[in-house]
Amino acid sequence: MKSDPTFLRDLHVGAEFDAQLCMNCGTCTALCPLGIELMPRKLFRRALLGDREGVLGQKDTIYSCLLCRLCEANCPAGVHIAENVRTLRVALNRELFGLAEA
Amino acid sequence: MPIPIDSTLGMLADNLRKRRSALPMGRRTRLAWTKGLGIPRGGETVLYTGQMWQMVPAINAMSRQLAKYENSRFSGVFRLARSVNRFVNLTPFLARTRAKERAVANARLRNVARLLRAAGVTFGYLYEDDLYAGTLAHDEGLDQGFARHARFVYSVLKAHGVQRVITVDPHTTNMLRTVYPKLIPGYALEVRSYLEVLAESTLPTPRPVDKSVTLHDSCVYARSEGVLEQPRKLLTGGGVRLSEPELSGKLTFCCGGPLETLFPGRSGEIARARVEQLRRASPNIVTACPLCFANLSRAAPDQVDVRDISDYLTEAYVPAEA
Repeated sequence: MKSDPTFLRDLHVGAEFDAQLCMNCGTCTALCPLGIELMPRKLFRRALLGDREGVLGQKDTIYSCLLCRLCEANCPAGVHIAENVRTLRVALNRELFGLAEA
Repeated sequence: MPIPIDSTLGMLADNLRKRRSALPMGRRTRLAWTKGLGIPRGGETVLYTGQMWQMVPAINAMSRQLAKYENSRFSGVFRLARSVNRFVNLTPFLARTRAKERAVANARLRNVARLLRAAGVTFGYLYEDDLYAGTLAHDEGLDQGFARHARFVYSVLKAHGVQRVITVDPHTTNMLRTVYPKLIPGYALEVRSYLEVLAESTLPTPRPVDKSVTLHDSCVYARSEGVLEQPRKLLTGGGVRLSEPELSGKLTFCCGGPLETLFPGRSGEIARARVEQLRRASPNIVTACPLCFANLSRAAPDQVDVRDISDYLTEAYVPAEA
């Protein structure tokens, strides 16, 4: 894994990215209607470590999130999970799809 | 191949920028529901549909198309479609709607207008300027285009002198009440869902609806907007017997709707799982969101009846001649 500190800095620009509050308890993963094991806690960990390629390589996972907030309603750390996933989408739209201005 | 995310989101962004909607529709389609209702134009308090119910037939049509293309070798056609859509609105060609579905969607909006009138609420309508709120662009992270659109929608509302908005669906409620104020300095608009307005109003004595149903809470109403008690109060007040499903209220389970654009297969799986949870409580499912209605009704087997809450409320509270 290659760590790129600028990736995390970019995520914070104009966004409410608070994934650092995650305690990695796994409640979100257990409750997710999609049952995607990677999402969202491991994905956030990659983002917090500046693993740009690791995050950008998970586009299907990131766009699969329903933003239904069932995880968020039960998160003991009060992480704004849906908004964090949305922030990752903003990053993917910018870095992978050239949709920054869209 | 899966549905290409870049082309699909690109089309959405192009549509929002050029045509101010996710699925741009003609004036006649958007306004057909108003025919004969005589709703005054404009006013300080307006009913605001955000075009969501009007989009349901197009969403259904698009969903039927996308299901064919997902994981087929033709999914590359989306790249071509995005290029063409920049110049010609492809929505009417890609989403050929059915007359019956249009009639159902229009009836729901007429229900809402008649319910508000029965409750003595005075309201106008913006007709051509009843614009889509931009939910899909927001959710997919198209932030610049969404912010531009939100500012435009707000400027239109303010140009009409609107002070209060009565919304019909949870997504438009969420955009106008919770998301727009974070983007627009000095935002001043009172936004209430029609369910909130009705729950606080004096409704006519109901003709009790003799039916047992189960309510599917919309994720957005339940977890973002706190609209939980109002639909229950209105339904039970109208004589409807309510059975709660295994996941309800703040712990409601998604209908799968948010995935129908990019992952229609998974969207259908979640909808079928939710229908199964609901039917264990009752085969009569009530929704309070056009997208939940669209997704759950497509997934429901014949013996399960999915209806919008406004159908039951109209039956209970709107006098026959209104």
